[in-house]
Amino acid sequence: MIVAVASGKGGTGKTTVSAALVSVWEAPVIATDLDVEEPNLHLFLRPEISETIKAFLEVPVADETRCTYCAQCADLCQFKAISVLGETLVTFPEMCHGCGGCLSICPEGALSAGTRELGEISWGRADGAAFLMGRLRVGEAMSPPLMRAVKGKLNEMIAEKSADVIIDAPPGVSCPAVNAVMDADVILLVTEPTPFGLYDLKLAHKAFQPLGKPMGAVINRAGLGSTSVYDYCSESGVDIIAEIPYDPDIAKAYAGGNVITEVSDNLQTLIRNLATRVRSMAKNTAKNNVREALHD
Amino acid sequence: MIEIVVLSGKGGTGKTSLTGAFAHLSSNRVVCDLDVDAPDLHLLLDPSTISAQEFRSGHEAVIRPEICENCGECIERCRFEAILPAVPCPSVNPLKCEGCKVCVAFCPVNAVDFPEKLCGHWFVSKTRFGWMVHAQLLPAEENSGRLVALLRQQARELAKEKGFNMILSDGPPGIGCPVISSLSGTSLAVIVTEPTPSGRHDLERIAELCEHFKIPAGVIINKCDLHEGHTRHIESFCLEKGLKVLGALPHDTVVTHAMVAKQTVTEYSHNDFSDKVKQIWIRTKEMGEGLEKN
Repeated sequence: MIVAVASGKGGTGKTTVSAALVSVWEAPVIATDLDVEEPNLHLFLRPEISETIKAFLEVPVADETRCTYCAQCADLCQFKAISVLGETLVTFPEMCHGCGGCLSICPEGALSAGTRELGEISWGRADGAAFLMGRLRVGEAMSPPLMRAVKGKLNEMIAEKSADVIIDAPPGVSCPAVNAVMDADVILLVTEPTPFGLYDLKLAHKAFQPLGKPMGAVINRAGLGSTSVYDYCSESGVDIIAEIPYDPDIAKAYAGGNVITEVSDNLQTLIRNLATRVRSMAKNTAKNNVREALHD
Repeated sequence: MIEIVVLSGKGGTGKTSLTGAFAHLSSNRVVCDLDVDAPDLHLLLDPSTISAQEFRSGHEAVIRPEICENCGECIERCRFEAILPAVPCPSVNPLKCEGCKVCVAFCPVNAVDFPEKLCGHWFVSKTRFGWMVHAQLLPAEENSGRLVALLRQQARELAKEKGFNMILSDGPPGIGCPVISSLSGTSLAVIVTEPTPSGRHDLERIAELCEHFKIPAGVIINKCDLHEGHTRHIESFCLEKGLKVLGALPHDTVVTHAMVAKQTVTEYSHNDFSDKVKQIWIRTKEMGEGLEKN
């Protein structure tokens, strides 16, 4: 079972919820940080990293001695990563998406595969949980290729030893966020009861709805703000599956690098209940899937 | 033209609340929301749209079943796992399609169409604080930075036309493409951080990004009383890296109350917190003007 912890707005508590869920999860679990631009989960789970590898994207390298300047590569490239100016072939590897089209289309074999460093993938263990994260190289513009590499490693880890997965997703609702949640069985939408929280919750709900996954809202800093998030959830049929109260002690625990289940027994219980709720959401989906399959 | 962009790396540190207050405290400038993925500034500034435009960028593969012979060439060639085997023809997952055109170019029977994609909308609006340029990407679209670049271009043109010499922008979170697009060639990056492990970690990365692109940066420490140790560390980090600390703000629920009232915090309250925000704005503006002179 894969649980994705997402939110439209940043800073609502995705990492807080992810770390807390991992700490109470009662089955083998892989804590996975897919927010590769600003990964933070490791700061709270403090994993022992057993291995770090660099991830690369395949980009073209030009051999001008072979180039006849036919410009088929430049015509194909949709990302302005390669261009032919008169009798000069120029590549812009930082613009390349790694589709490999130019390498295949060149009739002269003037382009070969080089690499661009995307960032790092690290894995290890954090207490009882397995841990996996990606970290985008500063200056690298594209997070989706590194996210794909992290997901590749995640699939290997799942194949090795079956485990549940808790994904700390990137903020927003554009391509990286959707890619982080698209393989999940359950999506948690972490929000706060403020106008910003509400607006971005709506964006996230609408963006993820077409995926057809069960979604539940986790309201963080409950009590501070207004009731509009609650109204939206009840009108649009999003179940509120946990409310984490606004409490300066929680903010201080977070600032101290602690997982919030350490703050109080009440919070420990709250997160355990959330975990149970998430499990039952996933089970219901599995049942529905079986029912649909039988129906078909 | 002085371009000030408010960034943070980590989301939720207070970028938008502070940009909103700066918009209230300033004049003769264009305000711009460069977080086109999850924009929030309009919730404080309540813009009235003067003009709305479609934003089209990139293409997507669409296979025509009446022509496709289901040879599987496209499936094999797609590096993004966006095409899966299906009957009568392979199916393209638009969420994974990057619009690279490889399947179009290599289809032996030319069965793949490649229509342009509508990715979002952008707006020129008027607010109670003056002109604003903003956008909304459609869900699940690539946040490519192209829309960010377009907004900045529009803001510059509008500022020139109105005789303003400043653009004040609310930036996106992260350090990827949209952030790079917000930063490149800007006069000043204002980084809002908080004294938490995430705040510190993400400050270091965004500061490195600013250094990489040689953009001068100032730092605002929000919720500075949350953890004294981290606040001290942030201050010494800034000193070491030559980043100007523009000011520190305590954790104050007045920011949330102002947001609920759909006002900027400096409009909503005249307390000590608002005074501190005003001082920070004066220092930010001075820093921007100083950089422009040099």
